[in-house]
Amino acid sequence: MSGSIEHDDVSGRKTTGHIWDGIKELNTPLPSWWVYVFYATIIWGIGYWVVYPAWPLVTDYTRGLFGYSSRADVTEQLEKAAAARAQQTEQLTKLSVEQISSDPQLLSYSIAGGRSVFAVNCAPCHGAGGQGGHGYPVLADDDWLWGGDLANIERTIRYGIRSTSPETRQSEMPKFGVDQVLTPEQINDVAAYALSLSGEAVDKDAAGRGKQIFADNCAACHGEDGAGNMELGAPSLKDKIWLYGNTMAAVVAQVTNPHQGVMPTWEGRLDDATIKMLAVYVHSLGGGQ
Amino acid sequence: MAVAEDTIDRGEFEPPQQPLYADRVKVYPQRISGQFRKIKWTVLTVLLAIYYLAPWLRWDRGPNAPNQAILVDMPGRRAYFFWIEIWPQEVYYLAGILILAAIGLFFVTSLAGRVWCGFTCPQTVWTDLFMWVERLIEGDRNRRMKLDQAPMSAGKAGKKIAKHLAWLAIAFVTGGAWIMYFNDAPTVVANVFTGQAGPTVYGFIGLFTATTYLLAGWAREQVCIYMCPWPRIQGAMFDEHTMLVTYEAWRGEPRAHAKAGQSPEGRGHCIDCGLCVRVCPTGIDIRSGQQLDCIGCGLCIDACNSVMGKMGWPKDLITYDSLSNQAAREQGKPPRLHFLRPRTLIYMTLLVVVACVMLFFLSTRAHLQVTVQPDRAPLFVQLRDGGIQNAYTLKILNKDRTRQTYALAVDGLPSAQLSVIGYQPGADGYALPVPGDDVGTFRVLLRAEPDAARANPLHVEFVVRNRSSGETNEHETVFNGPGA
Repeated sequence: MSGSIEHDDVSGRKTTGHIWDGIKELNTPLPSWWVYVFYATIIWGIGYWVVYPAWPLVTDYTRGLFGYSSRADVTEQLEKAAAARAQQTEQLTKLSVEQISSDPQLLSYSIAGGRSVFAVNCAPCHGAGGQGGHGYPVLADDDWLWGGDLANIERTIRYGIRSTSPETRQSEMPKFGVDQVLTPEQINDVAAYALSLSGEAVDKDAAGRGKQIFADNCAACHGEDGAGNMELGAPSLKDKIWLYGNTMAAVVAQVTNPHQGVMPTWEGRLDDATIKMLAVYVHSLGGGQ
Repeated sequence: MAVAEDTIDRGEFEPPQQPLYADRVKVYPQRISGQFRKIKWTVLTVLLAIYYLAPWLRWDRGPNAPNQAILVDMPGRRAYFFWIEIWPQEVYYLAGILILAAIGLFFVTSLAGRVWCGFTCPQTVWTDLFMWVERLIEGDRNRRMKLDQAPMSAGKAGKKIAKHLAWLAIAFVTGGAWIMYFNDAPTVVANVFTGQAGPTVYGFIGLFTATTYLLAGWAREQVCIYMCPWPRIQGAMFDEHTMLVTYEAWRGEPRAHAKAGQSPEGRGHCIDCGLCVRVCPTGIDIRSGQQLDCIGCGLCIDACNSVMGKMGWPKDLITYDSLSNQAAREQGKPPRLHFLRPRTLIYMTLLVVVACVMLFFLSTRAHLQVTVQPDRAPLFVQLRDGGIQNAYTLKILNKDRTRQTYALAVDGLPSAQLSVIGYQPGADGYALPVPGDDVGTFRVLLRAEPDAARANPLHVEFVVRNRSSGETNEHETVFNGPGA
């Protein structure tokens, strides 16, 4: 409803002329400073369009007079970060992992840097902190398939296991069951014997029968006493650590049709300094030798 | 425009015919001299001198440490106060100082009223300074009022511009001094004027320049009356024995104008000259009694005494006194000071207790602190022989200025084997080095026999001992295992 514009004595203002249920609306405009700030932001916004990237075009966008780009910003920051690390990177590239590990400053630098690289590249399989998983070795314990000293860890990371690198660590456990080298009964017996080596409770008769089968078929790689051979990545069967489980079913499955675990080569994907940092970090996780 | 006819039936109600919002009445305090004005000038000078000069005090802490006596080093994560150095995690010392300041304020307020507000509050000090500048440029009360009412002219514009420039200059110096507490003073001052200081420094100077200019130049008494919580709280510290700025209404009333040479006999001593109102920085009339707006500066006492002196009448009609004394004087009884009261004694006791606790903790402040964080992924690993291994991150905070070495032992797991990554134990155990004023981070492995790790989790304690001073610090943590 509209009425005439009136003057209100109490507030000293005029009304807008709008009346609702007998209530007249006072004309209370925004404070002028507020309005001017609003106009100023509009002008600022136009200026922003001109100097900064603003409008999407069909295949491009308006780039702005300042030539700013957040991608260039990131590139610049990454270059700055690399420059800040240049001295350490150079030293890491130059020195061997043993030398790095014996220098307290480089050691703590490598552990800090290695932790972050590990989280991005290694943790998906080996778990945060190297806690491992079924089929993925724990890196924090003292059991190593291919050797747990610094040089061996570095080599494993660099070239991988059964990877595409020509330098890769390579070995293949025969498929005793699938290729019918052993009968299912023999596999059962040798599995019992293998488990008995680490003190697991097994069928003693089966283990007794398995001893000779083990000597004939397995000892070449796993050793006559089952202590393993790191040259071949053949795990020790005497310790308490079982990559695929310490049950009869798991061992039988492994003898019948073995898992052939693969670790990729990181050479070419990570630079030399980063691989060394990773080696030092993994060595520090708890099992380094 | 003519008022339109009101067609709405409001019954008996008549709306108030005045605005509901009280506009600010600008206060033009008049210059006055006297005892309280002298005290105010002295306090102002001393406080401003402390504020501007304290950052320039030097304190030798040896190499690799700042030599500024009072410094809050934000990027370095340290605060220095003469011989005291505080790390960020010891910020409770700051809490202690603030608690001391609060109790001290309560104590002083219960004794002597709003001396904080009237004399030492930064709002009061800087407002006083700004008013002094204003008076120098625009003249005293009457001339300022005339100037404000006069139409704009070259002379008026010149005075106004000069005043605001002077205010801005003071405000800039105020903000500039603030950042000296957070940077090396000589360096940062040189950098500010050569344009080499960072955006943080210029930002904070700008911020404090703006707030000083606005609060001391424009807002003034409105800060005390509308913004500050203290006037609302301080009433709880007062009682009838608290010393306050009071008006002796019993002999002042009935007030009436008087001629020179008239006798005070048989009439109220107040001659209603209004000087006490004109000198008041918050623009109130103290004769109306105690009020929130009174900051207790005592300038009205100076004003009244100067008038009473001219009249040759008894002074201290407005005086610094307690309400109980005023009642006593009215009845002709002798006034007496009553400082020892339950509330002042309680505040004093609290003050002494908190100060003693602070001193005790400061004097026995540890130079060694240890934290231990067990790995959570993995919580533990099984070793080849079935043993259980836990890994920990050990941090040793060396609060000495020099490099120290520390021995490490673990209690609570007798069979445990201890090793520190990257360090070889000597014949007498580990010697872990930490540079002076730094944190050393070590990775520690604990190995236990399978049976020892049955209780899950097991509580163990890392004990770190300074190998030269023997000072020890412990940190309790857990040893995780697969359980029974």
